[in-house]
Amino acid sequence: MISTPLVVVTGLAYLLLLFAIAWYGDLRAARGRSIISSPWVYALSIAVYATAWTYFGSVGRASVDGIWFLPIYLGPTLAMVLGWIVIRKMIRIARTHRITSIADFIASRYGKSSVIAGLVTVIVVIGIVPYIALQLKAISASYLMLTAPADQEAPLAAVRWWEDSALYVALALAGFIILFGTRHLDVTERHEGMVAAIAFESLVKLLAFLAVGLFVVYGLFNGLGDLFSRAMADVELARLLRFEAGAHSDYLFSQWFGLVLLAGLAFLFLPRQFQVMVIENVDERHLKRAVWVFPLYLLLINLFVLPIALAGLMFFANDGADPDLFVLSLPLITGHEALALFVWIGGLSAATGMVIVEAIAVSTMICNHLVVPLLLKTRRFRDRSAGDLTRLLLNIRRLGIVFLLLLSYLYFFLAGEAYALVSIGLISFAAVAQFAPAALGGMYWKGGTARGVLAGLGAGFSLWVYTLMLPSIAKSGWISGDFVEHGPFGWAWLRPEQLLGLTGLDPITHSLFWSLLANIAAYVLVSLWSRPGAREASQALLFVDVHQRGGNPQPVFWQGRARVEDLQRLASRFLGAARTAALFEDSNGHTMAGARAGEADARLVQQVETQLAGAIGSASARVMVASVVNEEDLELHDVMRILDEASQLRMYSRALEEKSYSLQQATEELRAANEQLKSLDRLKDDFMSSVTHELRTPLTSIRAVAEMMHDDPDMPNDRRQEFLDIMVRESERLSRLVGQVLDLARIEAGHAEWHNSDVDMAAIVDQAVASMAEQYADRNARIEMSGERRPGLIRADADRLIQVLLNLLSNALKYLPDEDGKVRIHIADTQEGVTVTVTDNGPGISEAEQAEVFDKFRQVGDRRRRQGGTGLGLPISRQIIEHFGGRMWVESVPGEGAKFSFFLPRQNEPEHTGAAAAEPREEEARP
Amino acid sequence: MKQALIQKLLALFCLGWLLLSFPLITLWDHPATVFGLPLLPAGVFAVWAVLIAVLAWLMERETG
Repeated sequence: MISTPLVVVTGLAYLLLLFAIAWYGDLRAARGRSIISSPWVYALSIAVYATAWTYFGSVGRASVDGIWFLPIYLGPTLAMVLGWIVIRKMIRIARTHRITSIADFIASRYGKSSVIAGLVTVIVVIGIVPYIALQLKAISASYLMLTAPADQEAPLAAVRWWEDSALYVALALAGFIILFGTRHLDVTERHEGMVAAIAFESLVKLLAFLAVGLFVVYGLFNGLGDLFSRAMADVELARLLRFEAGAHSDYLFSQWFGLVLLAGLAFLFLPRQFQVMVIENVDERHLKRAVWVFPLYLLLINLFVLPIALAGLMFFANDGADPDLFVLSLPLITGHEALALFVWIGGLSAATGMVIVEAIAVSTMICNHLVVPLLLKTRRFRDRSAGDLTRLLLNIRRLGIVFLLLLSYLYFFLAGEAYALVSIGLISFAAVAQFAPAALGGMYWKGGTARGVLAGLGAGFSLWVYTLMLPSIAKSGWISGDFVEHGPFGWAWLRPEQLLGLTGLDPITHSLFWSLLANIAAYVLVSLWSRPGAREASQALLFVDVHQRGGNPQPVFWQGRARVEDLQRLASRFLGAARTAALFEDSNGHTMAGARAGEADARLVQQVETQLAGAIGSASARVMVASVVNEEDLELHDVMRILDEASQLRMYSRALEEKSYSLQQATEELRAANEQLKSLDRLKDDFMSSVTHELRTPLTSIRAVAEMMHDDPDMPNDRRQEFLDIMVRESERLSRLVGQVLDLARIEAGHAEWHNSDVDMAAIVDQAVASMAEQYADRNARIEMSGERRPGLIRADADRLIQVLLNLLSNALKYLPDEDGKVRIHIADTQEGVTVTVTDNGPGISEAEQAEVFDKFRQVGDRRRRQGGTGLGLPISRQIIEHFGGRMWVESVPGEGAKFSFFLPRQNEPEHTGAAAAEPREEEARP
Repeated sequence: MKQALIQKLLALFCLGWLLLSFPLITLWDHPATVFGLPLLPAGVFAVWAVLIAVLAWLMERETG
């Protein structure tokens, strides 16, 4: 055993440390340097989910049911997979509306109904008290185990209440929670210090549990393999490692499914989870990491549950030791007292963490949704216009905390011994799961109405009481168990655990099935058959579409007249003078126009209401604001109108944005088109100047020769003949040039005439070669032919193709060397088409000039050889080939000659024929 | 981008739910051992760990 003073002092010292952390957290928050603004701290604070139930109860359950302790952690893991979708939306909504609790969340969605808020609060209090009692039981039982003499059984419970350590634990915790939970009034102004302390506690309990796990596995056994092999040698223990271990082997499936679903829903809607996940969230982005860190935490803290349970069962074989306390008894019995004390601190962390957050959350709900609405009904409270009410509200919350803990203690004292930890926890889970239809439905379905929620919650909660709560009380012996066995008045079909004779489900799954079925059915059906009020409809829109409103201002669903002075007085009663001043200065920026004449506009009224909601809940805030302003009733069509205005405004701004964007695009396009036109214009000018330049050269020489002949009538005859030859040659060149310019213009404009027929490329080549033969012979040059000569027919204009070949051949001839000039023509005939190559052994064309040879009037190479050329031959040839869907290109290595090639496809499809598409197609005219 | 992430999360949720409930979870229910560990707990913990790893990968990959 460990001496009582040591345990008590250690426990108190630990609580003091927590308080110091909380105090430091608040201090840093006040200075604007938050210590909890980290996704890791956020994830650790969510781990408040792991309570004493996890810490002690999991081992207890595992020692009876094997791996059936796991669904409680798999459910939240799966819920967290959807966390980025669901919880983020909850955070966004809660921030927009300054939601203070899960009750406020549901009530606010359904038209800020104070009845719904009250009902949810009542369900929470009834459902959660056993859960808090469970924590007290854990603290008390672990304390007794630690301090009991080793040779003596730990006493089950203290005999008289004033000797009961649990009572003092409860009171100490109440004091502790009051000290750092209710210092500010506004709960949406987060409890940074508390969150820091909770995150620290999560760390401690994880480390303590891992420590005892490692101790058991490696201290008492030789690793996991050893532990499991020894356990599996025992038939009873080996059974725990199989699935059927979970008692009711008949309905394994439904039970497993039910537990996973139950845990997942409870995880989302437990008041303390809502508090740490949604209300205490500093930054939405922290959720991104928390959604996987938190499941990882759960996995780690469950890693050693099964080994510890098996080890405990082997160690204390059948001597009646409480499996719930194996984590403590194993180190204690082996004499590791320091470890036992650390483990106890871990358990204390798990329990206090839960109690602190739960008590803060629930006391806020009691104050805002039960006490304040009642106070608002009394005249005296409403008329007491002067005076600050913040102190009163704080005191109500403090009383709420004490009340809740004493109630839990009472439950523990009266009924706590009857149940194992896990069963108590599951009963609470099932109560909280009733909020799922209203909350999830409210977030994703605009059709849910307040009446539907009241019907659903009422039906679900009643069935929960009847099928789960009452039987559990009966089992504790406080009421007769007859009605559980035989049904009320002996009506067997009303037996709470086999309602309507439904068997095949364990009690928890049975209750969950009936209560959720009734809940969902009533919620949906009544919602469908009732018309939502104006405020419900407007809140539904604001909740469901919260993501769509992103940066846009919220539409304000309020109309009427309000005096700034009244609002100010109201706000200062609940928020205090300083915050009120800040609020009105703040909003002055927006509402100058509205507030100037002492009149508040709708936005200011709504702002005041939202701020009040942060203090007293949305339903009470609604009532208070309504009492000081002169408001007109909002009808459904008003909601629609306001919404229309808002969405119209949004639409206008979007349309404006789109218009300016398309204008910008049009400008861009115009600029590009203008650039293109300019460059085309430049090209045309260049072309014109090139043409005139080319025309002037022969004209000049003709004129010069003609003038000479004119001025000199005595010119000898042979000289006259020579001049006339020049004139003829130059005029021929001139007319050729003019002909080519016209030709090119016609082809480019698509007005050329094409006489298509099936032509044989080889024949055409022969024809071209024949007509050039004389000129080649004059220069002692040869033409060689190679390649296939099979008759490959191509659909094309024969004359045009000859023109191309003549062009290539005469070009080549111009650049051939004077000695041993040689041109090779190669025809390659394939399935796709015909490729003709004309290779010469001239000087070749440099890389830079290759790019230019197909440009108009661009003659390359030295000046002497260019004579007689027009600079239009190659461009025209290329146009012709492209017209038939082919292409023309040049390859050359300077010094080794040039190789001009063109390729003509066999099937020149219409899309390849370019200009020909506009021509009358001769094929079509054929029969 | 956002929509794609949401669809992946929904798919992962369905996959996790299937793997961690009937009847797939009974695939591990054999009196065998892997590395000296009983198959059922080892299998369930492994599926759980993989689920968390995939979730972490999905969330951390997304920036901003």
